[in-house]
Amino acid sequence: MSCCVTPPAWQGWLWSGALIFAAVNFGLGVAAFLSWVERKQSALLQDRIGANRAEIFGFRALGLFHIFSDAIKMLTKEDFAPPAGLRPWHSLAPIVSMGCAALCLAALPFGDSVEFLGRSWSLTPLPLEYGVVFVLALLSIGVHGVVMAGRSSGSNYGLLGGLRGAAQMISYEVAMLAILAAPLYIYGTLDLSEIARWQARTWHGIPMWGIFLQPLAFILFMTAGAAETKRAPFDLPEGEAEIVGYFVEYSGMKFGMFLTTDFIESIVLAGMATTLFLGGWHVPGLSALGLPSLVAALLGVGAFILKVMTVLWVLMQVRWTLPRFRFDQLLDLGWKNILPLALANLLVTVWAAALLS
Amino acid sequence: MNPVLDKHRVKTVVRPEMRFQEQVYLIEVWKGLLITSRHFFVNLWRHCMKALGQDAAAASVTTQYPEDPQVTAHRSRTRHRLLKREDGTPRCVACMLCETVCPAKCIYIKAEESPDVMIEKRAKTFKIDLGMCVFCGYCVEACPEDAIRMDTQYIQFPGSTRADLIWDMPELMGDRPKIPSLTPSKDPLSRP
Ligand code: SF4
Ligand code: SF4
Repeated sequence: MSCCVTPPAWQGWLWSGALIFAAVNFGLGVAAFLSWVERKQSALLQDRIGANRAEIFGFRALGLFHIFSDAIKMLTKEDFAPPAGLRPWHSLAPIVSMGCAALCLAALPFGDSVEFLGRSWSLTPLPLEYGVVFVLALLSIGVHGVVMAGRSSGSNYGLLGGLRGAAQMISYEVAMLAILAAPLYIYGTLDLSEIARWQARTWHGIPMWGIFLQPLAFILFMTAGAAETKRAPFDLPEGEAEIVGYFVEYSGMKFGMFLTTDFIESIVLAGMATTLFLGGWHVPGLSALGLPSLVAALLGVGAFILKVMTVLWVLMQVRWTLPRFRFDQLLDLGWKNILPLALANLLVTVWAAALLS
Repeated sequence: MNPVLDKHRVKTVVRPEMRFQEQVYLIEVWKGLLITSRHFFVNLWRHCMKALGQDAAAASVTTQYPEDPQVTAHRSRTRHRLLKREDGTPRCVACMLCETVCPAKCIYIKAEESPDVMIEKRAKTFKIDLGMCVFCGYCVEACPEDAIRMDTQYIQFPGSTRADLIWDMPELMGDRPKIPSLTPSKDPLSRP
């Protein structure tokens, strides 16, 4: 792979480590910010104002300080461990959940590689040849956190919630692989930065972004992704207020970690959608300007983040528009609709590719 | 067929068959997203215009309560008031009608003999637990002496304890302002 660690090994490791640190922190920051976005966006589209009471020295900053008050609340609450639960696993579950989600962020290609000090540095924190598989695998390992939380709570409701969560996530994982097979067949690589680079090609002036080549796969991916990351309208495992979910026996920051996991998973989903379907860091027409490599790469990072934010906005909008699915509808949608559609899409793609070549 | 007289008329609610367009769901999702997005952007625009000091329609239906006064209907009945005679004595004759009619059982009256033989009885203590009152107004209707009425627009009677919500006779008559205790009691469920 051309993009991978070209600098000497230790510098590459240092660079990679710094980028992973930055990516994970970026994810956590955006996750905290998303809690504000979620409140305000839902308020706006429901003709409300939203949380605006937290203030520091009389400044309210549109309710942004609620992020801090939330964090303080979570951190100072009693950390309750159910006596009937399995203590170490009970504590491990949120860490597994959140760790897996946060690690996914490291595989996202935030930008093109930059020429710097005479070498080429990749802006993907973990430049893996099999990035897609890495992200999907980590998302599946995240299921263990859910099941672990349910099992170790020592509560039947928690256990049932964990099982529901596992059933949902595993069902949609199958669908997800079938969906991604088609675009990956076109790109011919599993390296996320290569995929982003591939989409910079143009066809009669139109960038060959995944969304134009595979519109059906994009819609299916967003649906299955929302289901796999347990976002509304598929938030049955959680249903904070109405359904007893797998984290019913959690309190304080451990509960907060599950919530953060959710937001981080949305960011990962948005990042994957951006990389696979929206051209990653690619801005149409930017390369024609002939900017220096560093500036172009930074603009690319900005474009990537902007695209991620846009996808997150759409996800939130969908979340606050659609009513929640019933569990049987959810499984029906996954197995009877999305999976066959994805397989049909794959067939058509392969057939079309064979005809065209 | 007279629909009013025909008692055996059964109204069958027919669920509309879902058309193909609705079964696909994606089109409906799109329509819903258009509605919510319209609200989002229109409200965002109005908020921005307001922030810039422009005149814009209200972007939300929220009442910012402590800053903006709560709007209650003109005819809403709120806190009780005990009325006085011309000589300043309470009008109440402790007939217990209001205490009897009160569906919430939140009026507590202790009667005593009145020095005025024409009045016979008067209230020694008269308490209303506004924490339990449902503001139905039956007590006002029941009173034969027009001794108890309800104010309008008076909805702020905060308290730190349940005891703070119990109004005594001088407070109900307006002789003494009701001052809530500043510190919550150790046992918030305690009653006097
Ligand atoms: S308003 Fe109704 S509930 Fe309240 S004190 Fe009077 S009778 Fe009782
Ligand atoms: S009904 Fe009127 S007169 Fe009778 S006890 Fe109540 S307030 Fe007093």
